[in-house]
This record gives sequence, C-alpha cells and structure tokens, in this order.
Amino acid sequence: MEWLQLILAFFVANALGYGGGPASIPLMYEEIVSRYRWMDDLQFSNLLAVANALPGPIATKIAAFVGFDVAGPGGAALAIAATVVPSAAALILLIRILERFRQSSAVRGMTLLVMPVIAMLMAMLTWQIGSQSVASIGIWQSLAIAAASWWLLVRRKVHPAYVIVAAFAYGGLILSRFA
Amino acid sequence: MTMGMKPNAIKPLAQLAWAMMKTGILGYGGGPSVIPLIRHEAVRRCRWMSDEEFAEILALANILPGPIATKMAAYLGYRIRGWIGASVAVLAHILPTAIAVIVLLTTFSRLSGLREVQGMIAAVVPVIAVMLGMMAYEFGEKAVRGLGGLIGTLGFAIAFLLLVVLSVHPAPVTLLFLVYGAVHLRLMERLKARRRRNMNRE
Repeated sequence: MEWLQLILAFFVANALGYGGGPASIPLMYEEIVSRYRWMDDLQFSNLLAVANALPGPIATKIAAFVGFDVAGPGGAALAIAATVVPSAAALILLIRILERFRQSSAVRGMTLLVMPVIAMLMAMLTWQIGSQSVASIGIWQSLAIAAASWWLLVRRKVHPAYVIVAAFAYGGLILSRFA
Repeated sequence: MTMGMKPNAIKPLAQLAWAMMKTGILGYGGGPSVIPLIRHEAVRRCRWMSDEEFAEILALANILPGPIATKMAAYLGYRIRGWIGASVAVLAHILPTAIAVIVLLTTFSRLSGLREVQGMIAAVVPVIAVMLGMMAYEFGEKAVRGLGGLIGTLGFAIAFLLLVVLSVHPAPVTLLFLVYGAVHLRLMERLKARRRRNMNRE
C-alpha cells in the first residue's frame, strides 16, 4: 500500500511539475505533507535545507529520502523511479514526434500559463513554512534569520549552500542556548 | 585490453557513467543549473553531439514535465547505448547525492534529541522560507513577463481563488491552467486579428 502511494505521489507531483525540479516542490509538499502525512512542516523544510545544501537535482533527492523514510531502500528506489522514469522515457520515446511540436503555440502557452499557479503554490508554501518557524522559534528570531538570509542570498549573492550551513551553525551554537 | 576484453563495448558506458556522475556531484542548485555542465561533457569533452543538436534536445526536454537534468542524462545515455545506457546515465547522475541526502538526514534525525541539533533544525526553517519566497517571486515574474500584466494578474487571482479561498487540490488546478494554456496563445492571436479587422473597417 505504501509502495503504491509512493509511486502515485511522486508520479503526480513530477508529471505536473512544468519547468524542472524546483517547480514540483510545492506539488511534492502537497503529496508528502498534506495528503499522505509522511512528514510535518518542520521535517519537510529540513529536508529541503539538506537537499539544497547538497549538489545534484533537487526532485530526486527529495524522492530518495522520503521513499527511504517511508519504506526503506525499496521505497527510495520506487520514489526515484516514479520521479524520473516517466518523463525520461517520454523524452526518449517521443523525441521524433515532439520535433514537430517544439515551436507549437500550445506547448509555449502551457509553459506560460502554469507559471501563475506555481508562483501561487510557492507563495502558499512560503507562508506555511514561515508560520511554522514563528511557531517554533518566535517571530523575532524568525524575522532576524530571514532578513539575514535574504540579505546574503539576494544582495550579496552568496551561494545557498553556504547560507544553509551558516544557519545550521547559528542554530547549533547560539539558538540552542536560548531554547 | 590484453585480457581479451572488448574495450569498445565497455569504454563508452564507463565514460558516460563518469561524465554523468561528475555533473551530478558538481552541479549545485538543482537541475537547471546543471545543464551547462552536461553540455560541456556531451559537446566539448566527449563529443557525443554538436552544440546545435544539444540545444534542440534541451528544447524538447523542456516541453515535458519533470526534472530536467535527469531527462537530459537519460537521453544522452539512450543515444550512446540504448536503454541500458539511459539507466546507467540516470543512476550515475542521481545516486551519489540521493545516498548522501539519506545518510545525512538519517544521522540528523537520530541525533535530534540533542539541543544543538534542535537549534540547527529550527534555525534553517526561516532560510528555507526565504528561498521559497524567492522562487515564488521568480515564477511570478516569469508569468508577468510572458503573459503580460493583465493576464498575469488575472492568472494569480484565479489561482489564489481556487487554491487559497476554495482550497482545491493543486493537481487539478495545475491541470486546468495547463489545458487552458494549450489554447491560450491561439486565442490571443484570434482576438488580435479580430481587433485589427474592426479597426480596418472603421
């Protein structure tokens, strides 16, 4: 049953994720946290943190860990397969047929129209994760860390991996003394 | 080679696995940022295809949903050694980091009783919120740039109504927008043509 759910969850989230791995993050959140309750908000944002700090495609890292967490190595393999195989096989099989559709207005329109939805889902997820943070460490710590990371990421263009490592260091060395 | 092996059968696969592993490990920031690395391996180093052909495959891969880097890896592998090549390329690309994330997070949750680790877990949440917020902004910007201010805003409003106010599941909402997206540009074309005709009449 869990295996079937894993396959279904990761297939749905990635089949609708137009625009590469990052676009499927809110869709994966919906399946992992809201629907199947394999994780809570805190666990999911930590998964995102560690996955973001590591190199490589983001969607497969999320699939690997959630699959492993739910049903061991077999679960990891299934979740990864459900993430990768459908679109990869589709690319290989359809590469000649798609040649004709490459410039089609239908495909361009789909890629464009999905953007507002993905943006809205991302914004909802931001709100959700933000509220989670306020609930666990309070508004001032949350705002301070958010402001610092925004400044580093946007203004100073620091690589996300360093910002995540810095946040881990701050949490382990300083925040834990107050909690 | 003196052992009677057929080096030509093994070498491309090994080369493929090595190239895809490198791009998987060195590619920071998720799929889209890995594309230049994959292009470098496929076009410059290993000379599997020309730059034009790579661009063409990339354009096709972008049409399909799902993670982009694994689609590219799969196709490169398939071109070199069929379905076995595709499997080898994808596995080499994703396995090292997939295992790393499992090992790291498992260790993490085993130590989650520690105060320091709890602090770490809590402190990273606002950072992730900021990153998600940045992504939301980027996708929103793309929407407005591609669709124009009016239709972009209308799209946000409808998405907000369905997702937030009515709490519809994201999958059907995404599907709805994709379906309309398939006819959107043709519709705009037709509207523009009609407007032009009316202007000419006046």
